[in-house]
Amino acid sequence: MSTTSATPATPSVAPTPPPSQPGGAAALGRAAAAALFSLAGLRQLGVCVLIGLTLALMTGPNGKAAEPLGAVRHAILAPRIVTYLIIAAVLWLLIALWPLARPLWSMGQAAARGPVTAVAQQRFAPLGLNLALLIVAIIMPMFFSNAAVTWMVDGVGIYALLALGLNVVIGYAGMLDLGYIAFFAIGAYTTAYFTSKTAISAHFPVSLNPFFVFPIAFVLAAVAGVLLGAPTLRLRGDYLAIVTLGFGEIIQLIANNSHWTNGPRGAFGVPHLSIHLLGINYSWKLDPKPYYYLLLAIIVLVMIAFGRLERSRIGRAWAAIREDEIAAEATGVPTLRLKLLAFAIGASVSGFAGVLFASKQFFNPQIFSLQASFLVVTIVIFGGMGNRLGVVVGSVVLQGLAFYLRDKVPATDRFIYFGAVVIVMMIFRPQGIVPSRRRKREISLAEHGVGHADSLGSAPTSESGAR
Amino acid sequence: MGFVHQFWQLTIDGLMSGSLYAVIALGYTLVYGVLQLINFAHSEVFMLGAFGGLFAARELVNNFSDTPSGMASVGIVLVGLAVGALCGAAAAFTLERVAYRPLRKRNAPRLAYLISAIGASLFAVNMAGKLWERQNVTMELPFTNGTVFHVFSAEVNTKTLVIILVAAVMLVLLDTLVARTRLGQSIRAVAQDADTATLMGVNVERVILLTFIIGGLLAGAGGFLYAMTFSASNNMGFIPGVKAFTAAVLGGIGNVRGAMLGGIVLGLVESYGGYVFQASYKDVIAFLVLVLILMVRPTGLLGERLGRAA
Amino acid sequence: MLLELADVEVAYGAVTALRGIRLTVDAGEIVTLLGANGAGKTTTLRTISGLLRPRAGQVLLDGEPLSKIPAHQLVRRGVAHSPEGRRIFPAMSVRENLLMGAFHDRKHVARDLEHVFGLFPRLQERVSQAGGTLSGGEQQMLAIGRALMSRPRLLLLDEPSMGLAPLVVRTIFDVIAQINAEGVAVLLVEQNAAQALKIANRGYVLETGQVVLDGPSGDLLADDRVRQAYLGEDVAVPEHDLPHQLAK
Repeated sequence: MSTTSATPATPSVAPTPPPSQPGGAAALGRAAAAALFSLAGLRQLGVCVLIGLTLALMTGPNGKAAEPLGAVRHAILAPRIVTYLIIAAVLWLLIALWPLARPLWSMGQAAARGPVTAVAQQRFAPLGLNLALLIVAIIMPMFFSNAAVTWMVDGVGIYALLALGLNVVIGYAGMLDLGYIAFFAIGAYTTAYFTSKTAISAHFPVSLNPFFVFPIAFVLAAVAGVLLGAPTLRLRGDYLAIVTLGFGEIIQLIANNSHWTNGPRGAFGVPHLSIHLLGINYSWKLDPKPYYYLLLAIIVLVMIAFGRLERSRIGRAWAAIREDEIAAEATGVPTLRLKLLAFAIGASVSGFAGVLFASKQFFNPQIFSLQASFLVVTIVIFGGMGNRLGVVVGSVVLQGLAFYLRDKVPATDRFIYFGAVVIVMMIFRPQGIVPSRRRKREISLAEHGVGHADSLGSAPTSESGAR
Repeated sequence: MGFVHQFWQLTIDGLMSGSLYAVIALGYTLVYGVLQLINFAHSEVFMLGAFGGLFAARELVNNFSDTPSGMASVGIVLVGLAVGALCGAAAAFTLERVAYRPLRKRNAPRLAYLISAIGASLFAVNMAGKLWERQNVTMELPFTNGTVFHVFSAEVNTKTLVIILVAAVMLVLLDTLVARTRLGQSIRAVAQDADTATLMGVNVERVILLTFIIGGLLAGAGGFLYAMTFSASNNMGFIPGVKAFTAAVLGGIGNVRGAMLGGIVLGLVESYGGYVFQASYKDVIAFLVLVLILMVRPTGLLGERLGRAA
Repeated sequence: MLLELADVEVAYGAVTALRGIRLTVDAGEIVTLLGANGAGKTTTLRTISGLLRPRAGQVLLDGEPLSKIPAHQLVRRGVAHSPEGRRIFPAMSVRENLLMGAFHDRKHVARDLEHVFGLFPRLQERVSQAGGTLSGGEQQMLAIGRALMSRPRLLLLDEPSMGLAPLVVRTIFDVIAQINAEGVAVLLVEQNAAQALKIANRGYVLETGQVVLDGPSGDLLADDRVRQAYLGEDVAVPEHDLPHQLAK
């Protein structure tokens, strides 16, 4: 009988052999050719050509329903296809030859990592970075045109605030809310109802200052969230996604069809925000800059508050729910209530943003479309779910690009790109461009069969949850 | 006219839309069965099938100076169904390969699948809008839409009859496929326990792909029927999609016969409800039904059979 | 040699579950794999049947590496796996479950069904009952029967005695011996070391992903470490069951 001694298993790391052996230009060439023209290499070529064709279609001319294949013909069977085939070829070379180049890359990475980690490890780094970004955000409007600053409020700022709220649902609690803009609509219509006698047909007996509507909308949106979430969250988390989707559509449907809301004409003349307090009289008018700074202040406050929330008992409980809902429930975490709380917090931030939006400008039901909800989801995913700074950066980058490309890419085509961005992110970088360290680790662990990284499973308290 | 007078007409209308919901709902339920996730982009599979079928059939109808009749009508409808089904299957295939398979290879969390499906949906809706304009596209009916027979006071016209018959044939075929064939056996095995199915020699990846394709065939053919009756547009998939999902949950998600029953029941409820309430709020009814089932009987009418047993 | 694991390492992300397992099963043998919870027994079986891929090392069947063979094709090569927790298809009937075992090849279904019913008459009584409604023991019989339907050369059994009454355990182990007598090699994962070693030719003891001890069953039964850790102090091993003293 043999007794195997407990020698530690030899670590069998199998690095790709460095391709550039001495005397190896020819060898390297052979290796490259082998990589390119192997079965896998040719398959990659096929994929790259398909990507090229898709890009050609995405950027091509618009088609007509009368001529179903017209757009395809003009986009693909035209000289412009050469550009896209070149793109495809370059992509193919990059992908197929990547294994050969990897050792070089990791060498370079290792060299670069040293100083970067050294900086990152200094304790003040995150605070310093945040302050620097804040200063940039403060001085930025001074360099931009009025149109750009308007967009920094309507497009970037409002969506950054919405993304921060949705981040609580997606990033912290690990659920999906696809009707998020509905709460924004609730906030906006609440503002119209309470602040003006003329904005929409329905109105409150007294007209309030919009600032007083903030708490009202906050509470109303939260209540709507609880009413919607309570029956749904008892079950599987993924039902929440479709129920919210339907809810978003219904809110828009009601806004469009009810005469209380002025139907498709929307709300006119909601008063601007103003302060009349202790002798100070200030009101936000058409100039976008004061709105920008107000929004910036609110975003900073929300970020600070959510940072505290994330590190609080509740934040830890959310993390526990994401990682293992059943274990969380077993250790006494009231999972249902906490998921509902996350959903309600997200909803109320959306309602809050709605007040700000309504008091700034005219709105109609078109604004509260399904696509707007999807846009917020895209921003959160792109930026990095679970990371507050990430989702704000996501809004700045995506909406900034949308503004920059406003004359080059039709607004309706934008969502083609957003859709593609979402898929590509999910395939290659589900943690987003500025990942939350914790979320990243969770996703990677879940991929190896440890934990879940979301809370879409059956709720442990529901009777149908038994497996 | 009161509700009683309208009853049979409402029933016929409800059956018509209900059988369409049933056909689409099967796609949700089959995919839910094998992957335990809601395929949010299924409504876009329906939309792409609708465009494909509509364009093909419209081309044929335009060759006739008059409304075609007899064998020509049958032929055109069959071509529309076939092209619609193929387009749906192609869309579902692409969807599975692009938006789901890379995630599955990585064993990604379920949230990632939902989000990736949203991305695919966003892409498809807006791409279709770019290629074929963002408006309703219609076609001439390939047959004379006369009254075929009466059910009590209600008229049953050709269009209604075609939809109900085609849907019924597809439902029977699918039921046979799942209950009787080897593919059906492997679909059920994967739905109940994918790892163990692998141990039994079932190629799970292939079954998943085929499940998507079957769902796509049905949704695409259903899309053609819908487009022929009403119209096609790039965002046409959303409302029928949510309703079909409701139908799937109503019948018990993962349960094939449940999806059929759920579709029919939802169609009827909506038809009667649309009469009682305002027509413009008809779409709200399905949503209320969904929330109501979730509160009262979350496992649906027939229970969740195909997937994990409740 | 029918099956060989050569320095197999398996990891779940950063967590290493198997650290260089070496193990062989010859045709016609019963080999048992012992160890505490979390030692890596189930992981070993799942790696053999291709559900998990080794990070290093190889699984060889008939001397041929399995790394390129997809898991679902293993059953064609004569490997059947009755998984941990039995994993009966709950909504399928007993008959349908058994037919799933013959999914890849249904030529011999009728004869094999009879064979399984011969081994487990209880299954015949319940033939159209849903798998999910069977008792634990019946489910275990079904799991083994289902694995046999593929006419395996190597049967992987993961804790067949788990949660079962002693009487049922005895039935199950009798049948395992009978299956083996018909020429099927068995790799048996067990926590019930006494039972397992009684019917096995050889055994391996796993601890935290490593083989710490291996040898003929008799030797293992006599080993102090095995007696202490896996048999418990109360388990009296009858003297005549020990073929010879442990060679040190």
